[in-house]
Amino acid sequence: MATKSGRTIAHVKERSLKDLLLRWESLLVLIFIAVNIMNASFSPYYLDAYNLFTSINGFLVKGMIALPMAYILLLGDIDLSVGGNVCLSATVLGIVYNATNNIWLGIAACLATGILCGALNGLILTKFTELAPMIVTLATNILFRGLSERILGDGSTGGMQSIDWFSKLYYGRVGPVPYMFIVFCVMAVVFGLVMHKTVFGRQMYAIGENKRAAAYAGIKVEKIRMFVFTLTGFICGFAAVFYCACLGSVKSNVAEGFDLEAISMCVLGGISTAGGKGTFLGAIIAIFIIGLLRYGLGLINLSGQTIRIVIGALLIAVVLFPTIRDLIKNRKAKK
Amino acid sequence: MKNKLLQKNSKLSELFRSREASLLLVMILLCALIQWRSNGAFLSNIVITQLTQNYAYTAVLAFGMLLVLLIGGIDISIGAILALSGMTGSLLMRDGFLPNATSVYAVSIAVGLLCGLVIGLIVAKGKVIPIIATLGMQYIFRGLTYAISDTKWVSSDQMLASYKNFAQGSFLGINNLFWIVIIVFIAMIVFLRWTSFGRQIYAAGSNPEAVKISGINLDRVKIIVYSINGAIAGLAGAMYTSMYATAQGNMASGAEMDVIAACVIGGVSLNGGQGTPLGVLLGAITIAIISKSLSLVGIDAFWQQALKGGIILLAVLVNVLVQRRNNRKALEGREI
Repeated sequence: MATKSGRTIAHVKERSLKDLLLRWESLLVLIFIAVNIMNASFSPYYLDAYNLFTSINGFLVKGMIALPMAYILLLGDIDLSVGGNVCLSATVLGIVYNATNNIWLGIAACLATGILCGALNGLILTKFTELAPMIVTLATNILFRGLSERILGDGSTGGMQSIDWFSKLYYGRVGPVPYMFIVFCVMAVVFGLVMHKTVFGRQMYAIGENKRAAAYAGIKVEKIRMFVFTLTGFICGFAAVFYCACLGSVKSNVAEGFDLEAISMCVLGGISTAGGKGTFLGAIIAIFIIGLLRYGLGLINLSGQTIRIVIGALLIAVVLFPTIRDLIKNRKAKK
Repeated sequence: MKNKLLQKNSKLSELFRSREASLLLVMILLCALIQWRSNGAFLSNIVITQLTQNYAYTAVLAFGMLLVLLIGGIDISIGAILALSGMTGSLLMRDGFLPNATSVYAVSIAVGLLCGLVIGLIVAKGKVIPIIATLGMQYIFRGLTYAISDTKWVSSDQMLASYKNFAQGSFLGINNLFWIVIIVFIAMIVFLRWTSFGRQIYAAGSNPEAVKISGINLDRVKIIVYSINGAIAGLAGAMYTSMYATAQGNMASGAEMDVIAACVIGGVSLNGGQGTPLGVLLGAITIAIISKSLSLVGIDAFWQQALKGGIILLAVLVNVLVQRRNNRKALEGREI
């Protein structure tokens, strides 16, 4: 029964084919297929497994960061400091390695830095709940990158690649499949299962939907937020290790813009920045859409700037999709 | 009698307790500290002129951002709007379409207005969350800036002399660009305090549901606010290009972060409905002082970013602590 405002009171979930097609993820799958067809038509070598995995490896560092970012957005928070965090962690890895000549110590320091940075965000945001995450992480982003700038000056640090196994973290492969891709897949599955199949995941949805109601329902809201921010920091440190393996040297301007890129991936995947909405599958598909689109447009020699326009337009078009869909539905209902 | 005294007292203490007053105090302390550490180099004519000139565009942008934050929105594309509008004006000037400085400013403002209008429509009619809409539009505007300029610069010798001179000139001893800040500031005060639309903006931010019920067209408010913000970003684009006498594709990238920081330091709430032009002005000046003075105080250039981040963080935290104390005091007052 439709009310005056056009809303239906009883919400009955229909599972028709049409509804399945109108789901966000189906739209993403369509875009994903379209991007691949487009890329394949640009270059006959695109579908070569070796090439394909090389291009995928190129955006997996950002993709890794997008995984915990999905959690952050799900909670209704935002983290703009991931770029700065990756930069600082990578810097620490290089510095510690060069000082001690022990790569394990470097990696440990890198992970610890990531965790510390994330915990700092979490601590401030949970102790001062009236602060907006946006402004806090904005400031810590400047802080982290600034610390890296302080450590490195206008120089750089590096030399880790001379260790064979370390550079293999990024460049090594099993057959055509890079190690990093396997690591990413494992991470994605774990993150996805936790988000959709565990109590913790349901709690995150509840917090994103309504923080106060969640708190009244006995969910330890601040504890979970603290954990997720720290987790994000850890993943930043983890991604920084792979990033170091990829880059020959680390400067204080690496990983710039990773924050917005990771957020774009999640948002395109249907995870609303308002919190409590979206599925992990969507985010994963979106990571590949943005990454492969970028690669494909690069194949036909479009400049990085034009690629930016295309990705921006895609983002806007996709987030407008639900509104337009509702508009069409309502119009039909009126008729 | 006693009642009256109490009232007067509370008025006075209210003044002292206001965010603007505490911010002003912090600013004065900051200035004194810098003045002392820089051996008097800070409060000199040259530095103040540079300060008011170089950061004028940040202040202007902050006023636009104030409006957007007041309705509970956010715009992280203003740096890109600035670049696109500044670039459009400069390109048209280079190719000889624009005869004088005023027309360049007009074109930039018009382009900015258009950008803002698009964002407003997407946010209001498309029901897209502001940060996402402006994130996407930021890519588009920045990309367009490079596209229309063919990734080339507009250099100083391709610009009109009158255009460049405007930014260097002064009137009554105050730099022209800072006059723009003053004019926008006064316009904002009048607009927000004494026009019904200005009051609607505050209302829309504090309680959107109530606003809808009381018959205010929320969509219209949003569209107009984002358009004004865009126009202001366009104005800032012209200020930027005329000051630096060059237009580049990557100009002012990341400016939005400084601007949001200025607003928050100035006491604007990111939840909407709270904030004043005076606070924003003070916030923008504080950010300018921090950015400008660190080198004067003899702090290593490589420390500056980290310190800036730390200071913004500190300012925000102090703000919260003061606010908490005030709220507690206000509660105590009520109990009596």
